[in-house]
Amino acid sequence: MSDTVRQEDDHGSLVINNKKLLMWLFLGSDCMFFGTLISTHLIYRKLYPESYDPLLVFDLELTSFSTFILLMSSFLMALAVSAMHKGELKSFRRNTIGVIFFGLIFLACQVYEFAHFTNEGLTLSTNTFGSTFYMMTGTHGVHVAIGVFWLISLYFYSYTGKMDAHESAVDIEVAGLYWHFVDIVWIIIFTAVYLIEYIPGLN
Amino acid sequence: MSQTETEILTPSTIPSTETHVLKPERSQLGFMRPDHSRSVIMDWLTTVDHKKIGIMYGAIALFFLLVGGVEALIIRTQLAIPENDLISAQRYNQLFTMHGTTMIFLAIMPLNAAFFNFLVPLQIGARDVAFPRINSFSLWAFVAGAIVINFGWVLQALQVMGLFEAGGPTAGMTDLAPAMGWFGYAPLTGTNFTGAGTDFWIMGLQILGIASLSAAMNFVVTIVNMRAPGMKMMRMPVFTWMTLVVSLLIVFAFPAITIALGQLMFDRCFGTNFFVVAGGGQPILWQHLFWIFGHPEVYILVLPAMGIISEILPVFSKKPLFGYSIVVFSGAVIGFLGFAVWSHHMFTTGLGKVATAAFSLLTMAIAVPTGVKIFNWVGTLWGGRVRFSAPMIFSLGFVWMFMMGGFSGIMHSSAPADAQQQDSYFVIAHFHYVAIGGIFLAVVAGIYFWLPKMIGKMWKGKLSTWVAIFSTVGLNVTFFPMHFLGLLGMPRRTHTYLEGFGWETYNLVCTIGAYILAFGILLLVIDIIRCFRNGEPAGNDPWDARTLEWATTSPPQVYNFAKTPIIPARDALWEDKYGPENRKITHEDDHGHGIHMPSQSWMPFIAALGFIPVGLGMSLMQAGIPYMGYVAIFGLLVLGFGIALWAIEGPGGYHMHPEVDAA
Repeated sequence: MSDTVRQEDDHGSLVINNKKLLMWLFLGSDCMFFGTLISTHLIYRKLYPESYDPLLVFDLELTSFSTFILLMSSFLMALAVSAMHKGELKSFRRNTIGVIFFGLIFLACQVYEFAHFTNEGLTLSTNTFGSTFYMMTGTHGVHVAIGVFWLISLYFYSYTGKMDAHESAVDIEVAGLYWHFVDIVWIIIFTAVYLIEYIPGLN
Repeated sequence: MSQTETEILTPSTIPSTETHVLKPERSQLGFMRPDHSRSVIMDWLTTVDHKKIGIMYGAIALFFLLVGGVEALIIRTQLAIPENDLISAQRYNQLFTMHGTTMIFLAIMPLNAAFFNFLVPLQIGARDVAFPRINSFSLWAFVAGAIVINFGWVLQALQVMGLFEAGGPTAGMTDLAPAMGWFGYAPLTGTNFTGAGTDFWIMGLQILGIASLSAAMNFVVTIVNMRAPGMKMMRMPVFTWMTLVVSLLIVFAFPAITIALGQLMFDRCFGTNFFVVAGGGQPILWQHLFWIFGHPEVYILVLPAMGIISEILPVFSKKPLFGYSIVVFSGAVIGFLGFAVWSHHMFTTGLGKVATAAFSLLTMAIAVPTGVKIFNWVGTLWGGRVRFSAPMIFSLGFVWMFMMGGFSGIMHSSAPADAQQQDSYFVIAHFHYVAIGGIFLAVVAGIYFWLPKMIGKMWKGKLSTWVAIFSTVGLNVTFFPMHFLGLLGMPRRTHTYLEGFGWETYNLVCTIGAYILAFGILLLVIDIIRCFRNGEPAGNDPWDARTLEWATTSPPQVYNFAKTPIIPARDALWEDKYGPENRKITHEDDHGHGIHMPSQSWMPFIAALGFIPVGLGMSLMQAGIPYMGYVAIFGLLVLGFGIALWAIEGPGGYHMHPEVDAA
């Protein structure tokens, strides 16, 4: 009796690991977080004719460079996840160090950018552009910093000998999902906050 | 017990397992885990058992229900006669702000969370939620948020006694408990208008939001992944379905308020310009962000109530729920549409004709799935063998009273009518019919229905009838006259009024009604205490119910089900009791592995405790107390260390063998 029932309907129809599903839900929620921040920025962008012109401070070369670095870190993250799936611990460590390094470069660029903007006279309280820009990119920066910290922890954890390809691959994959998401959000911010200012018709 | 036996668990076949026989193990940190402790306090603080967490949510929520109720009584007493001077205008503002905030975030949401926690794993045949430690974290973060948001009262008391004077950014402000209304409209929340009370409100709500988000994600994973074999989505009890919809609403709606609160905090603490008009900010943005969260929040509050009713009506009508799939689908549609109607709170702000028409239409549209549910409940009653037990009385009250609130809601959906009703007592009447006539009655129905399962004791006597009479009469006497008050032009949030507008009699009647309602709630508390103290053993299934939670013992064992049930049909227990042979519940063979139990942990408690210094530090900094910024940073460190140790200690876990012990 029980066997026939089991054949008909098994455990939940969506077979996805608990941790992965939790991360997907968090990312769904996070989309709304960044959605709110980015829409606040876009609403305030050209609210008044005398609104602040971001081209006074933007440096597209630097931001393009840091965007490229973050994109490449995502590539290394994918390699790290794939290495863990195959159980190649050394390759995993090499790629993870790469992700951490690239993430730190991105953060350094952001710190430089913030310092540069502040020197140019743009602070949190100068105008609405300052408020929305710093809060949005700052929130993203905190996400990157948490990701870097998480990956450093995983890197050191890999030396304890408690990692195995079966159990830990999921953990790495979850960290990877987070990292890729943070990367994608940056692509959107780069487009909607930086590149948009360079389209002549939109001013 | 063999596989073919149909009975699941009875106290006689499976005695309670003596957990103290088990020895606590070491975590990966090297500490002893707090498992199997004989200390009751330690056991409850570190528990990861969804049933204990649910009971704690319920107890704390009932406490705050009484706090919010007392606040409401003071408000009503102040308004009983014209030009009353029982309390000052500022105190009145604080009371209605904290009444709304307390009832929504500290009473109804955690009461719903109590039912989610206790029932969902039992209803889907699971051992626990997907992430037991996150569940414990959600509970304690909720407690931390509740403490932070109410701390303003302590400071206010000190200020009244002359022992405290606000300095720093809010120097000279005397409102130290929140005083700007539960939706905190900008620019009233600016530092030039309100004092540190607003900061307590911001930090408290932020922490409560984190608690709700982590709980909601946990429940989605639980419902999607932890169902017993055979428990297909369309076999789940409607309450579990509504939990899923509500959890998804929380996941997608709370970020808007989190960011809005963050922006407001930055405005107040770090000088940004999000809602500061002088700096180019737009106060209207706050309204949009708040209601993008706020309207789904309304459904976050009411959908669990609808789930409770959908469980109780079939049991006491001896009929399956009429149109199960359409009830589930309507719930999902309500949740989905709930995101598209926020601007009906803002018809008078000048949205433009097209936007107003669109939100008006969508608001009318959302009445359709709600109406479908009402008709399905009536269809369930139709031709049923109705038993008027306590849960049924409250459920029937819900259907009628909730419909009243729904009718005035449809009136609001028409923008021209709403322009007249905006900010008047008509609106108060509307949402209190929904909140008390709808949600409160459903929650009381749920308490009468499930408390025997939670504590294993049955209600004594017929006090429940008097609770029902006093609360419904009180509700109607209080809030029905408010419709007229609103149409006569009495504005909400006015701390007193002059004679001669024709408001005197109505206000006096409202106040009398409020005391009748309060007496009803007092009787409810007495009845609950009587049930705890003198209740007879309830047995597994005192109501002849239909769903899986009634198949296990009352109260359920820590492991819920000794063997994982295999679910052959919807209304699993009913089919098992009265259905054909091929619809009986069978059981999975665990092959002697026993039941894997999660280990208890201090870490979620410690991490959540870190929220208290964060919230209080940030708020007290605004009140000009020195070094409070460092306290906030210390709180963040506690939170961080708690989470880090939580990760390092590992999930742990041990096995229980109920049947082996029985033998």
